[in-house]
Amino acid sequence: MSPAVATAARADRALNEALLRYVLRLGDTSLVLGQRLGEWVGHAPTLEEDLGLANLALDLIGQARLLLTYAGEIEGRERDEDALAYLRDAPEFFNLALAEQPNGDFGCTIVRQWLLDAWQLEIYAGLQESTDSRLAAIAAKALKETRYHYRFSSGWLVRLGDGTAESHERVQRAVDQLWRFTSELFAPDEVDERMASAGIAPSLSTAEVRWSAHMDEDLRAATLKRPAAQPYPWHGKRGVHTEHLGYVLAEMQHLQRTYPGARW
Amino acid sequence: MAALIADQATAARERAVWELLAQVPDPEIPVLSIVDLGIVRHVRHGADGRLSIGLTPTYSGCPATEVIRSSVRNALEKHGHAQAAIEEVLSPPWTSDWLTPEAHRKLAAFGIAPPEGAVSSPKQLWRATVVTCPRCGSRATARVSEFGSTPCKAHYQCSACREPFDYFKCL
Repeated sequence: MSPAVATAARADRALNEALLRYVLRLGDTSLVLGQRLGEWVGHAPTLEEDLGLANLALDLIGQARLLLTYAGEIEGRERDEDALAYLRDAPEFFNLALAEQPNGDFGCTIVRQWLLDAWQLEIYAGLQESTDSRLAAIAAKALKETRYHYRFSSGWLVRLGDGTAESHERVQRAVDQLWRFTSELFAPDEVDERMASAGIAPSLSTAEVRWSAHMDEDLRAATLKRPAAQPYPWHGKRGVHTEHLGYVLAEMQHLQRTYPGARW
Repeated sequence: MAALIADQATAARERAVWELLAQVPDPEIPVLSIVDLGIVRHVRHGADGRLSIGLTPTYSGCPATEVIRSSVRNALEKHGHAQAAIEEVLSPPWTSDWLTPEAHRKLAAFGIAPPEGAVSSPKQLWRATVVTCPRCGSRATARVSEFGSTPCKAHYQCSACREPFDYFKCL
C-alpha cells in the first residue's frame, strides 16, 4: 500500500468510527429517554397524560431502533439493534446524561422532556441536510414526531409554570435542578467536529442559538426563570454517566441478560 | 414492438400486485387498506422478473409496522409471489398527506375524523385546528388528549352530540 493510500484508508476508518459514535449517541439518547418515559405507564397523573408519555416513549424507541440498526451496520460486527440495546454496559452507552436522569414528579419529567425535545428538534432539523442519506432519512422521519412531542412538553411547561403557586414552584425547581445537564447538549468534542466538517451533522453552535431561543420563549410564557449557565462536568456522550444509568439498564436488560436470546 | 409488449405485460403484473395490496388491511384501522394509508411506496418487477415492494412506516415506533410486513408477505405468498422482496423505504417520510381521498372518506364513515389540512409548514401544529365531528358534523369539538389509542390518533369530544371520537392527527 502506498503511503497516500494508507493515509486515506486511515482517514476513512477514523471517519467511520466517529460516525458510529455519533449515531450511537443519538440512538442511545432516544432509547434511554424512551425507557425512562415507559416507567410512567400506569402511574401518570391522568389517563390522558399516561397515554401521552407512553406514546412519546414509543416514538423515541422507534427512532432508537432505526438509529441502532444503522449503528450496527456501520460497526460491521453483526450486532443488531437488540444486541446493542440489551448487551452493552453503561460505559458503552453514549446518551446525553440528561436523558438518564430520574423521572421525579410529573413536572420534572416534563422539564427533562422539553429540554431534550427542543434539542432533538434542532439536531434533526439540521440532520435532514446531512451528506449521510440514511441519517437524513431517519432525521426527517423523527423530526415530525419530535415537533408533536415538543408541542406537548412545552404546552405542559407553560400550564405548570403559569398554573398554581405549587405547580410553579415545583416546575421551577425542576428547571433549576436539570439545567446543569444542558451544557453537554451543545459542547462539541472531536466526534461532533469531525461530523460537522464532513457535512454529516449540523454545527452545534448554530443549533444552540436556536435551542436557546426556544428556551427563552417558553420560559417567558411559563413565567419561569432561566438559570445561569453552569460548568460542564457530565460526559454521558463519552460514556461517563451519572449513577442513574446503571439502574435504567438493569431493568431494561435484565431479561436478555438472564435468558440470552429469549423471544416472545 | 416486443419491448413495448413486454413493458405492457410488466405494467399489468404490477397493477395486479397493487390490487392485491389494496386488499391488505391496516391492523389498527382495518377499514383502511395499506394502499389507502399511503404506505406502499413502490411495486416493481425487475428485469430479472423479481418483484419488489417498498413499504414505509407511519410512525418510527408504530407497532403495526411488523404486522403489516407479515400480512403483505402472506398475501404475496398466497398469490404466487413467494420470492418477492419487501424493502423498507424511509425517505420521503410518511405524513398524513399520503392518505388518499378515499382514505379520508372511509375514516369519516368509520367514525374517525380525518386529518384537517395538510402538513405543509412546521408551524402548522401551532395553528388552531377545527376538527369536524364524524358523527354529527358539528365543528364545535374539543381536544381531550393529544394522544389516543394508536400513535396516529388524538382524542376529541363533540360539544354538540357529546360523543367522544378519534381524530387522525395531521402529522
